[in-house]
Amino acid sequence: MRRLTVLRSPVGAASAVLLTILLALAIFAPLLWGDRAAAINTDALQQGPSADHLLGTDQLGRDIFFRVLVATRLTIGLALLATVIGVATGLVLGSVPSVLPRWAARIVTSAVNIAVAFPGLLLALFFAVIFGTGTIGAALAIAFAITPSFARLTQTLTASVSGRDFIAAARVCGVGRFRLLTRHVLPNIAEPLVINATLAAGSALTAFAGLSFLGIGVQAPSYDWGRLLGEGLNRIYISPAPALGPAVAVVLAGLAFNLFGEAAAAGHRQRSHRAATLAPKTTSAPADAGLLTVRNLHVSFPGGITPVRGVSFTVHKGEMIGVVGESGSGKSLTALAVSRLVEHPGTVTADTLEFNGKPLDRTPDRELGTRLAMVFQDPTTSFNPTKRIGRQIAEVSEVHQGLGRGAAARKAVDRLDAVRIPEPERRAKQYPHEFSGGMRQRAMIAMGLMGEPQLVIADEPTTALDVTVQREVLKLLARIRQDRSAAVLLISHDITVVAQTCDRVLVMYAGRIVEELPTDELFTAARHPYTTALLKAVPDLDTDRDAPLAVIPGRPPEPGEIGRGCPFAPRCPLADDQCRTEEPELTTHRQDHRVACWKSETELAGVR
Amino acid sequence: MTGWAPFARRRALRFLTSLWVLVTAAFLMIHLIPGDPVRESLGLAAPPDLVAARRAALGLEDPLPVQYWHYLTGLFRGEFGTSLISGTPVASLIGDRLPATVQLAVLAFLVVVAVAVPVGVVMAVLTKGGRRRGGELAFTSTSVVLAAIPEFLLAVGLVGLFAVQLGLFPVAGNDAAGSWVLPVLALAIGPAAVLARIVRVELLSVLGNDYVRTARAKRLPARLVYVRHALPNAVTATLTLGGMMLAALVAGTVLVENVFAWPGLGSTIVGSIQQKDYPAVQGIVLVYGAGVLLVNLVVDVVLALLDPRSTIREA
Repeated sequence: MRRLTVLRSPVGAASAVLLTILLALAIFAPLLWGDRAAAINTDALQQGPSADHLLGTDQLGRDIFFRVLVATRLTIGLALLATVIGVATGLVLGSVPSVLPRWAARIVTSAVNIAVAFPGLLLALFFAVIFGTGTIGAALAIAFAITPSFARLTQTLTASVSGRDFIAAARVCGVGRFRLLTRHVLPNIAEPLVINATLAAGSALTAFAGLSFLGIGVQAPSYDWGRLLGEGLNRIYISPAPALGPAVAVVLAGLAFNLFGEAAAAGHRQRSHRAATLAPKTTSAPADAGLLTVRNLHVSFPGGITPVRGVSFTVHKGEMIGVVGESGSGKSLTALAVSRLVEHPGTVTADTLEFNGKPLDRTPDRELGTRLAMVFQDPTTSFNPTKRIGRQIAEVSEVHQGLGRGAAARKAVDRLDAVRIPEPERRAKQYPHEFSGGMRQRAMIAMGLMGEPQLVIADEPTTALDVTVQREVLKLLARIRQDRSAAVLLISHDITVVAQTCDRVLVMYAGRIVEELPTDELFTAARHPYTTALLKAVPDLDTDRDAPLAVIPGRPPEPGEIGRGCPFAPRCPLADDQCRTEEPELTTHRQDHRVACWKSETELAGVR
Repeated sequence: MTGWAPFARRRALRFLTSLWVLVTAAFLMIHLIPGDPVRESLGLAAPPDLVAARRAALGLEDPLPVQYWHYLTGLFRGEFGTSLISGTPVASLIGDRLPATVQLAVLAFLVVVAVAVPVGVVMAVLTKGGRRRGGELAFTSTSVVLAAIPEFLLAVGLVGLFAVQLGLFPVAGNDAAGSWVLPVLALAIGPAAVLARIVRVELLSVLGNDYVRTARAKRLPARLVYVRHALPNAVTATLTLGGMMLAALVAGTVLVENVFAWPGLGSTIVGSIQQKDYPAVQGIVLVYGAGVLLVNLVVDVVLALLDPRSTIREA
């Protein structure tokens, strides 16, 4: 049924109708109008368009309109013939390297690589010389002009499939190379090949028209659209219709093939989107002034997907706060939202979103750029690969602090030195790919230090790094906090990292904060079953190494799946009917300790 | 610059290999033609002694390796052989006709870049994150349709509309300044549509990268985010495809020149093919092929300058 999805898009359906008409014309036009197209009328030579002759007549008085219709068969037939030969040759050349010995495979591959650099038309001209001018020569020329690009495509697709697990499995099972190719590789790349063959048919058709138009394709007395076009062009000054008629035919046919191919390709790529709806809930919490104040923050996307649902918290000056939760809990989006980096189509709403006592959306970029520093998860992708590290760091001061290029560059070197990057002057001139992961992350922090950061938002800053480097980066963040009394919002999926470095912890689940407590109470007084489960999943020196490691069964819900009730209920050992039908609010349990759970202290003590 | 020396060596080697393959293919072309090329060109009625004399003059009686050697050494001296039809050296024929073709191709390419890049960037910015779906659809479908029309048909359409109906520009030739407009448009419209689409798609995918978020986190003005951080990275992929298009544009001149009777290599090669003037065809094929290889080489070097990673990418 997958093939039919092409027809569901308007473009696909229209091009399919067009293709059907073309095929019908190719089959029936010569039978129906063959005589009229060949009828010579010496009384009506070279006439312009009239009611009798829609596109006029040629030099023998034959009706051009019917000649165009009748020529459909030869035009389409030759295009398909050339495509079939070209695609078949390309398929062989592209797949044969995988069964040949290595040296032979290399020769075939490099020959294809050289040939593919030349435009198809040039190859067609070359082969047209060898095969001679005429119908068969032109068909072969166009076929061989298609071959290299198709061989290349087959090679690329074959290589991409060969890396997959099921091919490796078949190879391990001792499946021979030829069988591997025909049974496992080719079926898996058939769809893109078919789509590209359709596109190739479109270009074969126009290329053939081109050769015939030049007089080195179809020769008289046979005629295809290209020849009719060439004949028409000679008298275009007198009457444009005889040239424009076949031109329109070629364009329409070429479009039909191309659009059908494109529509099929689009259907091949398409992914379905899930949609769900849910009503945001308001959570009220006492407003107190801090460096960053967030009240009832929501981030939503089209389709009613709301990954962050009513988050409230405050970051005080110089404080280090950790946000923990599994992936998909909304912690990174929360970080992006409070730094005003969520992009269209995402929308951010909040009752209060203030930085330094000012609404965030009215804080000028200059202030945000110098006072709010960001550190992202993957330092490899977070630097622009085409710019030197020093330039990227210096940019902040050039744009926001009015420094000249030289002064900004010197400041960047100084900051690289501050994050303990050895030989900062030389390093500043290097590109990101010449840095190690840990150094890149430190350079990212150096970028934040160009201003006077009051808040550093670090989104999983150590996840992409190895353990020893992790510790250095965390130490660096702690030092910045000490030296510059900057607050740090550290987002991590690793509860131990947060426990070691932060003053307070926010535990997020399914887009909400489920517990907030001081770090030193984490191991003794955590109440929410999710928090305790997270803690239990961390092995320590007392963990019984014979027992299996504790895991939290199930997985967190997707933003679109959240229904009524506590989102953790399906995975919670204590869940009852109330948990499944009503979502608990985050309520103050003790000073500094908020929790969103229906269960009482005694009930919770049982699972701790 | 760690990757430069090996990159230069590798790229030079590839250029020379391709050039050698091209020269050899051009040499073999005459020998791959079924039958006797001289008889083919002189016609069946030609007297045998004339055919024999021509064959000897062309060196076709020598053993193949000797001919190959003569051909190669001739090329180094700038000799492309002698036309079978006019009897003049092919090299001077090419010298007469090449400038008109090069001017046409270069001008068309400049138009393509000048139009496609701004249009693609503006469309990317306007349709970012699924905004203005209608505009996106209109842009995409227009560019698909324009790109699907082969340049010679576009040329015919342009002549029909602007030269015949409206009489704004000459139908053919390259005498007046106005005579450049239609050929350049015919060559440029299709590639410009493709390139604008590529620029838009590439820029959109670059805008999704983490380092663009970093640039936004630095609170750079939107203009700087697009021009300084996103565009250079989109250029990499754009240029790779743009290079292939430029090569195709070089080939496209063949057809467009024939529509406009443009006195360049393209109209010459078609005439030579029809008249079976094989030395001329051989020489012109060589020039076109070398032009394409040169374009690809320049593109790769520019890429390496713009994106330092590309010097190590294919190692």
